[in-house]
Amino acid sequence: MDNAIVVEGLRKSYGKLSVLEGINFSVRRGSVFGLLGPNGAGKTTTIRILSTLLKPDGGRATVNGHDVVTDAHEVRSSIGLTGQYAAVDEYLTGEENLLMMGRLYRLSMADTKRRTAKLLKQFGLVDTAKRPLKTYSGGMRRRLDLAASLIASPSVIFLDEPTTGLDPRSRLVMWDIIKELAAGDTTILLTTQYMEEADRLAEYIVVIDKGTVISQGTPGELKARVGSERIELVIAEGSDFAAAQRAICAEGDHADPKKRTISVATKGGVTELKDVLDRLTRDGVEVETLSLHRPTLDDVFLTLTGHAASPADANGTSDGDSKRCEAPNAEDAKEKERIKS
Amino acid sequence: MTPMPHRVEPARHSELYWMLSDSWVLTRRSIKHITRNLDQLLSLIIMPVMFLLLFRYVFGGAIDTGGTTYVNFLVAGILVQTLAFGSSNTTVNLVLDLRRGIIDRFRSLPMYSSSLLTGHVLADLFRNTISGLIMVAAGLAVGFRPTADAGEWLKVLGLLLLFTFAVSWFCAILGLVVRSLEAAQWISFIFIMPLTFASSAFVPTGGMPAALRVFAENQPFTIVIQAMRAWLVGTPIGNDGWLSVVWCAGITVVCMPIAAWLFRRQARFPAL
Ligand SMILES: Nc1ncnc2c1ncn2[C@@H]1O[C@H](COP(=O)(O)OP(=O)(O)OP(=O)(O)O)[C@@H](O)[C@H]1O
Ligand SMILES: [Mg+2]
Repeated sequence: MDNAIVVEGLRKSYGKLSVLEGINFSVRRGSVFGLLGPNGAGKTTTIRILSTLLKPDGGRATVNGHDVVTDAHEVRSSIGLTGQYAAVDEYLTGEENLLMMGRLYRLSMADTKRRTAKLLKQFGLVDTAKRPLKTYSGGMRRRLDLAASLIASPSVIFLDEPTTGLDPRSRLVMWDIIKELAAGDTTILLTTQYMEEADRLAEYIVVIDKGTVISQGTPGELKARVGSERIELVIAEGSDFAAAQRAICAEGDHADPKKRTISVATKGGVTELKDVLDRLTRDGVEVETLSLHRPTLDDVFLTLTGHAASPADANGTSDGDSKRCEAPNAEDAKEKERIKS
Repeated sequence: MTPMPHRVEPARHSELYWMLSDSWVLTRRSIKHITRNLDQLLSLIIMPVMFLLLFRYVFGGAIDTGGTTYVNFLVAGILVQTLAFGSSNTTVNLVLDLRRGIIDRFRSLPMYSSSLLTGHVLADLFRNTISGLIMVAAGLAVGFRPTADAGEWLKVLGLLLLFTFAVSWFCAILGLVVRSLEAAQWISFIFIMPLTFASSAFVPTGGMPAALRVFAENQPFTIVIQAMRAWLVGTPIGNDGWLSVVWCAGITVVCMPIAAWLFRRQARFPAL
């Protein structure tokens, strides 16, 4: 049994509103899996079904081989859930919350105490352990919420936007904890709105929108799909922009004479970069600034979920004035026309 | 970083052990809610004390209670009213739990879901015992002179617990059928107000119009009040002693499964 989570044709609707329209994916045991999508895509709904809080209308899902509908009890024994909204008790102290969850997870008294002490320490909550949660800040509450879902060291963990509202340091701590859990053979399914987070943590990503899977792959694969790495150049004022274009533009590259920017696709090697600069130097073109741009998961997200017109937009290289480079001559002619007018 | 801990195995015990353990864990939680939320406890005491003073000093002089003094007559009624309002906290607390995120956590745990209900109801026993004691003390301060011996005090305590248990299960049902917190706050009044006023809590039923009188003399609150009064100050008890126990047991037996069923349905648990 290689997959910890298997989802087949999952469907769910709220009244007439169809939220999930046949979702399929599987999560390899011991991996970190990212579920991405815009607001309202159905991420939380999927997690609620997988954690037995909600019954699907169709399709099936298993966690550790147990069906989430018919073997709900077995599923519950092996999962930890940190929902999108804090699920902790306001009147109890941080420590009491963890002790309570431990017992409800059916740990022995000794294990409950041991795990509580360890998690309070791990999440930096020792000093506030004896204070009721009413006095906690949002981030402290979030950390306790996460600690609570780890109390029984479950083998599958669902994290619905685990780092929303955390400060950068706490976020890094959380990332470390997640990586550590994954290294210890825990399977983690997480959703997030921070693409950097998904990029750093997730080995495999599924993007859903309007209840269907619109793309999936490793972060690298997804990024490669929206475009390649690019060299972005700004040509100095005194230099001949057209000459620069002739020297380095190939089909599919972008040039913007007004802003004097050129964007060239590259495989990212140093030789290639040197070659571009050499050619410009040879033709007497001076470069003002140069930067390398890698597509990010943000680009993937924006492109896939239809909030950007083209991959170029997503790459951040262009705006309305940008032109795709065509065969050099045609471009030349156009440029001349522009100078005339 | 610290090395990954080995998986923690659940402890091995019988299902009965876990059922009791879950209930105990959640009862302790609910009791902490009571002791740490003094506003709630205070509001529970203030209203009955005001009723006590109001009836004792304003209406008391105009109400004829035959052989007993009015304050001796009144305390059993105020006590039962206090218990009923105390139990109505279950309605509110249940709605609060169901609307807050914590219910999601409970539902995703391998625990007995209905122990959440049990926790609230058992915590009511704790709360009502305390507020009952305070009411008796307040009564003593304004001239209440009970004649009960130790055995009768024990009976009063027993009935207090039985009555609380029954009304709390009923209030749990209310908490499971209302949709909002606002509704939870008034819905129990709809039941408790008529049942306490159309009873012998504050005035003898003799002066009521015929139809109301039939209701007032036979409804469970009156029967519980009469039994308490008989044990506290020695008024004639008739059948009220055993009848009150039958009523409380009956209400519990009917309400408990309904509440459990509603809870499972409302929480949309997959069959467990
Ligand atoms: N209880 C409910 N009743 C009716 N509609 C609901 C309910 N819960 C969710 N929805 C709807 O289902 C859709 C998907 O919601 P879901 O919470 O799964 O989205 P999400 O991907 O988690 O979004 P977000 O990123 O904003 O958290 C939304 O259109 C939402 O309005
Ligand atoms: Mg969500």
